[in-house]
Amino acid sequence: MEETTLKYTAKDYKSDQEVRWCPGCGDHAVLSSVQRALAELGIPKEQIAFISGIGCSSRFPYYMDTYGFHGIHGRAAAIASGVKTANPELSVWQITGDGDALAIGGNHFIHAVRRNVDLNIILFNNEIYGLTKGQYSPTSSKGLVTKTSPFGTVEEPFSVGELVIGAKGKFFARTIDANIALSTQIYTAAARHKGASVIEVLQNCVIFNDGIHEEVTGKEVRDDRTIILKHGEPMIFGKDNEKGLILDGLKLKVVKIGENGITEKDLLIHNAAEPNPGIQYMLANMRYPEYPVALGIIRAVEGITYDASVHGQIKDIRENAKIKCMDDLLSSGSTWNVE
Amino acid sequence: MGKNTSVIEREEVVIRFSGDSGDGMQLTGTLFSDTAALFGNDVSTFPDYPAEIRAPQGSVGGVSGFTVHLGHSEINTPGDFTDVLVAMNPAAVKANAAWVKEGGTIIYDLDNFTDKNIEKAGYIKDPIKEENFESYNIIAAPISTLVKEALKDYELDPKTILRTKNMFALGMVYWLFDRKLNYTEAFFDKKFHHKPKIAQANKVALRAGYYYAETIEALTPVYKILPAPIAKGKYRNINGNQATAWGFIAAAEKAGLKLFIGSYPITPATGILEELAARKDLGVISFQAEDEIAGICTALGASFAGRLAITTTSGPGLALKSEAIGLAVMTELPVVIVDVQRGGPSTGLPTKTEQADLFQALYGRNGESPLIVIASGTPTDCFDFAFEAARIALEHMTPVLLLTDSYLANGTEPWKIPSMKDLRAIKPRYASPEELPFVPYKRDEETLARSWAIPGVPGLQHRIGGLEKNTKGNVSYLPDNHEKMVRIRAEKVERVSNEMPDLLVQGSDSGDLLIVGWGGSYGFIVTAFRELIAEGHNVSFVNFNYINPLPRNVKDVFSRFRKIVVCELNLGQFADYLRMKHQEFTYHQINKVQGVPFTISDIKDNCIKLLEEK
Repeated sequence: MEETTLKYTAKDYKSDQEVRWCPGCGDHAVLSSVQRALAELGIPKEQIAFISGIGCSSRFPYYMDTYGFHGIHGRAAAIASGVKTANPELSVWQITGDGDALAIGGNHFIHAVRRNVDLNIILFNNEIYGLTKGQYSPTSSKGLVTKTSPFGTVEEPFSVGELVIGAKGKFFARTIDANIALSTQIYTAAARHKGASVIEVLQNCVIFNDGIHEEVTGKEVRDDRTIILKHGEPMIFGKDNEKGLILDGLKLKVVKIGENGITEKDLLIHNAAEPNPGIQYMLANMRYPEYPVALGIIRAVEGITYDASVHGQIKDIRENAKIKCMDDLLSSGSTWNVE
Repeated sequence: MGKNTSVIEREEVVIRFSGDSGDGMQLTGTLFSDTAALFGNDVSTFPDYPAEIRAPQGSVGGVSGFTVHLGHSEINTPGDFTDVLVAMNPAAVKANAAWVKEGGTIIYDLDNFTDKNIEKAGYIKDPIKEENFESYNIIAAPISTLVKEALKDYELDPKTILRTKNMFALGMVYWLFDRKLNYTEAFFDKKFHHKPKIAQANKVALRAGYYYAETIEALTPVYKILPAPIAKGKYRNINGNQATAWGFIAAAEKAGLKLFIGSYPITPATGILEELAARKDLGVISFQAEDEIAGICTALGASFAGRLAITTTSGPGLALKSEAIGLAVMTELPVVIVDVQRGGPSTGLPTKTEQADLFQALYGRNGESPLIVIASGTPTDCFDFAFEAARIALEHMTPVLLLTDSYLANGTEPWKIPSMKDLRAIKPRYASPEELPFVPYKRDEETLARSWAIPGVPGLQHRIGGLEKNTKGNVSYLPDNHEKMVRIRAEKVERVSNEMPDLLVQGSDSGDLLIVGWGGSYGFIVTAFRELIAEGHNVSFVNFNYINPLPRNVKDVFSRFRKIVVCELNLGQFADYLRMKHQEFTYHQINKVQGVPFTISDIKDNCIKLLEEK
């Protein structure tokens, strides 16, 4: 993948296909943010591949004028790992949902993250199965009433950030579908990050789980119930920037600036580049109402990628290899002549 | 020879090295086989080892064996019954008792025939007596004592000394077959060039065994097998897994592509992944996936990205890959899936051979999902069929399933080394960046293959996927379009037969009985066929390597025989397949499902019965 100074606009990345998501679906905003991010990066569209699994969001590749592969349920991470390992020059994006990535595709997801394959994984989390019309997913809150949990789910949900960090992930960010400015920024940063970048999008399903994130993402409340983390800056939030986060013993704590002698200087400074994930782990797991929900880039740690290691090894070995072609291999080792 | 002993001149001899799985029998057998091949014999070998890495010592379940069949004439199987059994413990006698030829030679380590070991193997007191082997040619050598004595001045620990027992036994066998020790000695010098003491210990044990056998020569007949009349050229020994791996590297080089393997370890297919993972010098990209599904999905991703992509597995793994194979059928991406068949169902018999995945290969997917299926016949032709599978995949833009089996995978044969310039060209169907707009499912008129547009090429951006689509690649649920696409995909597979070689009949092209085989049973059936001919029976033989589509001349061949019998290591899957494809014929069957190949008599006896019946 190469960034260029070529002048692209978001429109250049649109395919001729009519977008078929439900009106009002959060996916439309994600599509638009991704197209903006690509235009900002200036990556030639033939250098880009979008790989998806199955689910509403997985129709995404059809709407992009790039190379695209709509795979099978849960397997996008594996297909995308194959694409990137086969050709590390490509900018490879994986489009997935909470069911696709965390239920049927959980295994591929954690291993793609663990290997640190240089993929940009956008995980649309609407906490429901949409395409199959409304069953609970691995991220549905305990107790959620759905068609397959008519009396409420009895399962503990996954937290995406926790899973990514647990799988040795080096990049995790969270955004809201409708926040196009923040999303564009995050997708751009994810593309620039070398390694598996996971972006959890709090995405709204208007049909089967409408308003599931509204409690924290609603226009009226979001300033008080979310915090946008910025690397190197104090953890501050609230309508009037009056609240912040400090470390109280081993836990994070919400404080009010000015109360109990707290000043901005006492607040934690966000360090996304810190390899030790301790604080980032707590930030990723913050839930309303005890905490604001963390948005922005929570963790972004440099590391060698799988694809670079694979090709580095091949390059090193080839430089000193005695066997240069198939004929060399065929006559190598123990052979004999029959006269 | 200068030996004052009886000499048995033979066309062929089978020898089996057998012991605990830690006794080094595989290495012993391999060294013997290499030496025989260098001498100019034709050779076929087969290792037989337990699924457990270290089964309880001295137990029958833990016996590991290696069979070498060598001959003055063409050898096609590792042999049914063994002329010489080397048994490192009583369990090895027990495990092989039914397979020793009457009056054969049994060499055993007397020191290991302790009361405890004898009891562990299920004998009461004397295995030789209890098996009625007393009239056989028995050589009881105190091998452990003799290696201890031979190596007492070499300052080695007792464990290292006892590890050379297998070389002592090998030395005895070399004397028995009048073979030179230099190849084996050179092997140790090379393998242990950093540990000269170990190399020396093995060489001393080998020589001690050789001289011991010479000293006790009065007891032993010597087998004399002259070199076989083999075609001139450069040879090497190769097993089926290695040959498969090399076939793909050769295909990638011929096609000008990088080779990508995405696989998950599974017995008995792992050898292919291991071989390719080691071939970074030839630029092979190997991806050890988290599971079988990821194995094929990474391969599909690599294929989409423009590589020659393969995935390798065995039966249970093929089951897991089914959905993704369907995706390959739907997206029409070139990919080769190798199924090294083992005994099933479920985990079954992981280290044993069977041909029972045929139906799974042909039909194990949802929807109308036709797949090209081809099968290797011998360990060495795994190279040719891996190459051919890759060629068909790339030129026809399609998944291809290659069936081998545990016997082929592990069996070795001498192989006349091909030259790359003699292999057929492979021309992938690349999309042209000049022909815009790119239409993903526009097809070649003759083959119906679509074109391959590789990410990175400007202007060819396109989308493919598992949903039904129209020619442009856009999703389409229109009823007529679906049926049209289903029929095109089927027709595309069928048309591959246009470039397949005709079925080749061995023997006369009409007669009383046509013996039909497919894939890896070739060696056993052809040997039985030749013996039947030599005994004056009117039989002919065909072996199928192309399973779907079938060669075009099947009907023509079958119609010229009074009876047809299909021999396969399952309950009759290929026979049933033929019944469906060519209903006008009656098919008799010879089947075996014991995790082991056919014996020659399995086939001969049944064929004679069929010939005698009206």
